[in-house]
Amino acid sequence: MRKDSHGAKVPWHTTMAQVELKNVSFTYGDGGPYAVRALDDISITLGGSEMIGIMGHTGSGKSTLVQLLNGILKPSEGQVILDGTDIWENPKKIRDVRFKVGLVMQYPEYQLFDETVRDDIAFGPKNMGMTREEIETRVLEAARFARLDEGLLDKSPFELSGGQKRRAALAGVIAMRPELLVLDEPAAGLDPGGRLEILGSIKEYQKESGTSVIIVSHSMEDMAMYCDRVIVMASGRIMMDGTCADVFSQYDELLPVGLDVPQITHVAAALAKRGVDIGKDIYTVKYAAARLSEYAEEVRRRES
Amino acid sequence: MNLNISFGQYCEGNSILHRMDPRMKIIASILFIVVIFLAKNLFSFALLILSAVVLIAISAIPVRIIARGMKALTFIILFTSIINIFWIKGETELVSFGFIHIYLEGILNALMIALRIIILLVGTSILMTYTTTPIALTDGLEQLLAPLKVLHLPVHEFSMMMTIALRFIPTLIEETQKIMNAQKARGADFSTGSLIQRAKALVPILVPLFLSAFRRAEELATAMECRCYTGGEGRTRMNILHATSKDYLFCAAFVLLGAAIILLNRLGGYALAW
Repeated sequence: MRKDSHGAKVPWHTTMAQVELKNVSFTYGDGGPYAVRALDDISITLGGSEMIGIMGHTGSGKSTLVQLLNGILKPSEGQVILDGTDIWENPKKIRDVRFKVGLVMQYPEYQLFDETVRDDIAFGPKNMGMTREEIETRVLEAARFARLDEGLLDKSPFELSGGQKRRAALAGVIAMRPELLVLDEPAAGLDPGGRLEILGSIKEYQKESGTSVIIVSHSMEDMAMYCDRVIVMASGRIMMDGTCADVFSQYDELLPVGLDVPQITHVAAALAKRGVDIGKDIYTVKYAAARLSEYAEEVRRRES
Repeated sequence: MNLNISFGQYCEGNSILHRMDPRMKIIASILFIVVIFLAKNLFSFALLILSAVVLIAISAIPVRIIARGMKALTFIILFTSIINIFWIKGETELVSFGFIHIYLEGILNALMIALRIIILLVGTSILMTYTTTPIALTDGLEQLLAPLKVLHLPVHEFSMMMTIALRFIPTLIEETQKIMNAQKARGADFSTGSLIQRAKALVPILVPLFLSAFRRAEELATAMECRCYTGGEGRTRMNILHATSKDYLFCAAFVLLGAAIILLNRLGGYALAW
């Protein structure tokens, strides 16, 4: 939340963007000899002030799905509906969709181009046709969210470290104040410290802005730690959709489609096999510890 | 922006041409080009067209693919022929309007040039690019040019450069597409505005593209050095090229074609000569 002139917290947007996919299919190279169907009849609604995780094995259609959300790709069949209107109804207005649904692609640091980090972050707001003062506020705000030191803003983006570059690219999208922020593998290729830093800043951004954030990730631990809702994809379809507890408790079904569950879920399952059943919905170490001590308490009570 | 380029792409198959020694295909292409420029009259052009059709038939490349590749070059073919219509002076004047004079010879010449370009492109692209993988092609070229090493020309380096350039074309196309998408996601607009605005809009694509090309080049150089690459000196090959009697026969066929064309040029006499 931002603060208004009286110091009270106000959300960025009074309305909450909602993207709805209606029977969406997508085929690469449609009609050609090498056509590949990446998405098959998907219907889903995304939005609300929460962090949504999309996971799936390589080639399950995650990246295709996120590129449909802001009109980088056009569905072969079906509709993408943003706040009640089909985004392809007027293809000339597709830029407005991209400002509302911010997309950070995989390895976004390779897209930095401008002379200074400040100018690069300003690229989006500039394309939105904002005044210089407004752009400056947005750049500073985005840099703060992405945990970039103000001192870095006047450097060339190519002088930054890998993690800093990634966060500068993230700031470039946040600066557009999207109502929905979509990130494709935001932590890929970063060291553990870098992972925590960028995911932490994304979570903080989500809470503070009150917008929806969608992250695509391979890491079950990241999903369990940061997401409120998890969507599992397998061969172009949605296989599961629910809370972390819902999804990870069905881990017998996740393993066959090449996905794993957080390690602590494995530990809980192994314990259950040995007769210590603390429940199937274990996906964070903290929760597991709480349940274990409850369990111990109960055993002690029963023995006495 | 359309980044689909089908002209000059390898097209998988298992025809006689696909299996032929790439060196022989290169020699045959050179012979074919010479033959094309020997043709001077209706008969010889008919034979040329026939030979191009035969080439298409034995390569088993779908005509659809070849036609799609030629479509991209329509402009060049039209442009060169139209210039010829106005340029060539002859005896039979057809149109005379101010400074524009069109002669029968000019039109015939334009037709001939268009035919030559089309046959040349179809023939060489079938012999070399459609039926030969880039690696086989550069391998063949390297060995054909090997005698030039005596003159201390860097033949191996030259062919390695070609291999790498060909190898990275699809990679760079993919990269360009990705960068374009990323900048589009930030509201970049490549298709509207004045010419200068559009040129400016390319900066956010070109800067990351060049950087990534340099980065790839450096990584590739390191990877090659890690595998002890030191150039062509003392290098042995996994695929050794073997020219069989069939390959020699194929080349001989082009020499014969040349002879036939020279004969036909005389046979037609001067009445049909263009």
